[in-house]
Amino acid sequence: MNGLKLNPRARAWLGFGLGAVVLFAAAPALLTDFRLSLLAKYLCFAIVAVGIGLAWGRGGLLTLGQGVFFGLGGYAMAMHLKLADAGEGNMPDFMELYGQLDELPAWWAPFANPVFALAATVLLPMLVAFGLGSLVFRRRVRGAYFAILSQALAAAMVILLIGQQGTTGGTNGLTDIEGFFGYDLDDPVNQRMVYFIIAGVLLALLALTRQLMHSRYGELLVAVRDSENRVRFLGYNPANVKLVAYVVAAGMAGLAGALFVPAVGIISPALIGIVPSIEFVIGVAVGGRAALLGPVLGAVAVAWAKTALSERFPGTWTYLQGAMFVLVVAFLPGGLASLWGMVKRRRETAAPLVPQADAPVLVKEAAA
Amino acid sequence: MSETAAGLRIRGLRVVFDGFVAVDGVDLDVEPGDIRFLIGPNGAGKTTLVDAVTGLVKATGSARFGEQELLGRDVHRIARLGVGRTFQTAALFEELTVLQNLDIAAGAGRSPWTMLRRRGAVPDDVAYALETIGLTDRRGVLAGTLAHGQKQWLEIGMLLVQNARLLLLDEPVAGMSHEEREATGELLGRVAGDRTVVVIEHDMDFLRRFADTVTVLHAGKVLSEGTVAQVQADPKVQEVYLGHASTHDTAHDEPVAQGAEA
Repeated sequence: MNGLKLNPRARAWLGFGLGAVVLFAAAPALLTDFRLSLLAKYLCFAIVAVGIGLAWGRGGLLTLGQGVFFGLGGYAMAMHLKLADAGEGNMPDFMELYGQLDELPAWWAPFANPVFALAATVLLPMLVAFGLGSLVFRRRVRGAYFAILSQALAAAMVILLIGQQGTTGGTNGLTDIEGFFGYDLDDPVNQRMVYFIIAGVLLALLALTRQLMHSRYGELLVAVRDSENRVRFLGYNPANVKLVAYVVAAGMAGLAGALFVPAVGIISPALIGIVPSIEFVIGVAVGGRAALLGPVLGAVAVAWAKTALSERFPGTWTYLQGAMFVLVVAFLPGGLASLWGMVKRRRETAAPLVPQADAPVLVKEAAA
Repeated sequence: MSETAAGLRIRGLRVVFDGFVAVDGVDLDVEPGDIRFLIGPNGAGKTTLVDAVTGLVKATGSARFGEQELLGRDVHRIARLGVGRTFQTAALFEELTVLQNLDIAAGAGRSPWTMLRRRGAVPDDVAYALETIGLTDRRGVLAGTLAHGQKQWLEIGMLLVQNARLLLLDEPVAGMSHEEREATGELLGRVAGDRTVVVIEHDMDFLRRFADTVTVLHAGKVLSEGTVAQVQADPKVQEVYLGHASTHDTAHDEPVAQGAEA
């Protein structure tokens, strides 16, 4: 119980230490290789969720199309790995199979370079988000219109990928990825390494997001979410404020997509379209969009429930997921993360003699 | 506050909504240090005039603050020229604390590097504004939990740290208790200094106590302008404010004397 009395900074260190122990010691010790690789996949979704938490929870941008950025990162990584698998000068196996092409398309060629491909997994989504966001936010598209627009983009991307079967693998996507920068992905040891990389990236991005949320920018982002016009009258351009959050969230989704590929061995249109994009958001909503850890826990919990329940009740999972989303939005808008605050508040009102109960709290987390 | 004082100069301002002329060729001059009250019946175009000056609605004509033409610029660019406004219903960031509200208002010129870091100590101008609006003790509470009057003061405090040189206040005392009105009026007097202040207000007692000069708008045009006494003696104004014409002789003498001294 002493942890409750620590100052915010000490509590954050404690939290990160605890997270590191769970992810790096407990999980690998307790889980089978199969379960651990599933967890690696969930943690990729959690990375997307951290970005959505920033853009949606703090910035009010309902990003219903994060699959686009997840896909851009995933395809950039998969293209490199396919080229590496094929070996210098060869075409990836599926291109040979479809036989529509005589040589590698020009836009594939740069992805043979590992540095270019790695940079592209993050920068390409950020660039697309920057271009789209610049257009959209300056025209003051927001709320449901923004959500619909971002979702339409996910649909468009899927159609494009399927239509260009010869160069993108079509509906199948890019599959049978065998190596990861020289390491054989069939080897459980290397799978474990991929898991550790993903866990490390997640913790690093959590630290980055925490810094952003507690910075002056983070306060301004909440201000834009709650009263965009007021911010404008103070001399800020809200379009730029939103753009930063949107671009950062896109970069995170791209990185998550890139890490998803070695963890799962495939990237395909079905993994990045409208349905997965909505599932990302459901996880965030269930966990609690405005809290730092809410999106992570929600994403992992929902993805885990999907695996566990759809194994047993394949037909009903979709309904369960929908019901969960409706229940949370209707009765617990702050998500599961807000339960903790509710319990704490109830306890405080039950014991009104707590000293300094109404002393000013300088940096108060947005409770919702 | 070293900037040279600048006044507001409006010429031929015209705002049309779908054929309806809300503001119809208004000329208005407000000198630095003046507290100008803008009054008029509902629909006279008072708020629309402020909306036009702050870039919220499109307008033709000219509105200059100091050397700068305001019309045709984006809202946030106008704000950066030193034009600040409040709204009829306080528009604060309710989920942020008083301190955070003020800190955001003070920060439009901050560098990206400063933005990405945490706030260290309370900036001097923010501390000064907290003192001025009397909310130093309340700086840690969420703005949404403030009393009605305190919310309006916080809005005025945000204009101060924003370093607005032209303050446009839309009904700052609406819904306030008598004591809160008094406190708000005195606050206005303190912050006016060499700033240019325009107040839209319906409350005639408040106006008599704290206005330097008054402009009466009616149907989008300037009906009358001058000191409180001059405006109240204007037969055209009495005609528009019918209620006033009958009670005018008995009601105005003593309050006007106060207003003229203030």
